[in-house]
Amino acid sequence: MTSLSPKNLPSADLAPAQLERGVSPWLDAWRRLRRNHLAVFGGVTLIILSLLCVIGPWFSPYGYQETNLANTFSPPSAAHWLGTDQLGRDLFTRLMFGGRISLMVGLVATFVALTIGVIYGAISGYVGGKIDRVMMRIVDILYALPFTIFVILLMVFFGRNIVLLFVAIGAVEWLTMARIVRSQIMSLKRMEFIEAARSLGLGTPRIIFRHMIPNILGPIIVYTTLTIPGVMLLEAFLSFLGLGVQPPMSSWGVLIKDGAERMEEYPCLLLFPGTVFSLTLFSLNFLGDGLRDALDVRAAKD
Amino acid sequence: MLRFIARRLLETIPVLFIIVTATFFMVRFVPGGPFDSEKATTPEIRANLEAYYGLNLPLHQQYTNYLKAVVLDGDLGRSTKYASRTVNEIIADKLPASLQLGGLSLLIALVLGLSAGVLAAVKRNTKIDYLASSFAMTGICIPTFVLGPILVLVFAIHLGWFSASGWYSWQDRILPSLTLGIVYAAGIARLTRGGMLEVLNLDYIRTARAKGASESRIIFKHALRGGLLPVVSYLGPAIAGILTGSFVIETIFQIPGLGREFVNSAFNRDYTLVLGTVILYAVLIIALNLIVDVVQVWLNPKLKFE
Repeated sequence: MTSLSPKNLPSADLAPAQLERGVSPWLDAWRRLRRNHLAVFGGVTLIILSLLCVIGPWFSPYGYQETNLANTFSPPSAAHWLGTDQLGRDLFTRLMFGGRISLMVGLVATFVALTIGVIYGAISGYVGGKIDRVMMRIVDILYALPFTIFVILLMVFFGRNIVLLFVAIGAVEWLTMARIVRSQIMSLKRMEFIEAARSLGLGTPRIIFRHMIPNILGPIIVYTTLTIPGVMLLEAFLSFLGLGVQPPMSSWGVLIKDGAERMEEYPCLLLFPGTVFSLTLFSLNFLGDGLRDALDVRAAKD
Repeated sequence: MLRFIARRLLETIPVLFIIVTATFFMVRFVPGGPFDSEKATTPEIRANLEAYYGLNLPLHQQYTNYLKAVVLDGDLGRSTKYASRTVNEIIADKLPASLQLGGLSLLIALVLGLSAGVLAAVKRNTKIDYLASSFAMTGICIPTFVLGPILVLVFAIHLGWFSASGWYSWQDRILPSLTLGIVYAAGIARLTRGGMLEVLNLDYIRTARAKGASESRIIFKHALRGGLLPVVSYLGPAIAGILTGSFVIETIFQIPGLGREFVNSAFNRDYTLVLGTVILYAVLIIALNLIVDVVQVWLNPKLKFE
């Protein structure tokens, strides 16, 4: 607890002017987050990287498919900041374009996972009893399954289109979110304001979405932040196997794969995309950890 | 304990059944068959091929035949790509390399992860702790498909200590197992540190100290048992991750293992091989998870009553 929370104040003999004003929990969390250097570093890095990827390509003098066979494997220079690849394409431009796809996959697939996880967990936790036991047993079993294998099969068999990629990844990554939401909902369920809502005759969906979900936004935000790196990893993993994003589109996973194939001639083709990708994962993890501490979310082990 | 194991074993039957059924029908309903790529297949040859594999039978009959063969004889059928080989032969041929890779990686993950985690917890907030913790964070954030090629570049191509690919001598096993193991070593280190820190603050540790037990006895005899709990529950997902992670590792290092074979078989639409491998992986993962669960109950008897 920080000194900002009202109950730590010796209230009796303080003059009114000395009393600190009450602070909303969100502002409180924000202040705590700002003091965590690693989390701030992560957040700032993410903002810079996203801006670069979204806006950067417009200012780049090169197209991401623009080849120049007279200038292949060029080292970093003023014209090509990170050098060029085997076809003379500008690596910096390709990184920014690839980043758009990687970040977009990260966000959209996480959103899919978030939606499934929250709804599933909320129902399981709120309804309780036998249904809850069955639903959670299913999650336990799914946890133990070689789900990546099914994603691979889906991608191979049903064509490698990006919408399917979102759905497939989202369908795998919702399990942890469901568990966390469930345990939070279960502890909220017994609180008086929920009983009050129920005795007023509100319907279950309304109770869950208007009264309970807003109260567990903290854990949801934290685990969403921590899901994004997992999702991006899975996308890059699939792209590395040649199953994710297909050329001419590219993502960081595709660039890493291409770089690994050419690393003997020119290691930078592997090192730059690898560094950017790892840096993104670093930042997301640090930011997620920082948010967890700031929002005081207990590590949900069950 | 026996009842617990029996119940878990019974539970796996419907799970396996669902996996087999789902994969079977998924594989059958996909666009494009196993014989599409063959050049100039005449309808007669095609009909012969389909008869050979029993693909001309009605679907439900194919399904029951397959199920019967798998359950009664453990026979996974013939590969539709390599007509002369059975899936069982291919698996027997390719599985050992994958098991070695997975086993070594798990060993590396446990040894590195546990020692780093315990060390970090005991030397809390010292340089050693920061070093171990940053090792853990780095390991988590550098994916295998980045780390693997970099290790090859440095240790195989530039320094020439190892060969870049293959699976012949013991040196060939080091880089791939290390690459695959480090990610999970990092996860285990983080969990061990957290678990140990929690336990080291408990009353019974203070009691042990008060009784004059030596520091190493406290750590290894008293604290580790409780501190390991989060690690053990992490092992289930870690094992699944190592198995699927081997797909990429076997591709990078060109290891003749089942992981690479599985990805290829999916590309080739080798129906029976895909099915057989998925079943094998599912059995493997479920069995290993069962062991993990048993160990967990053994470490924490409270779980038995839940």
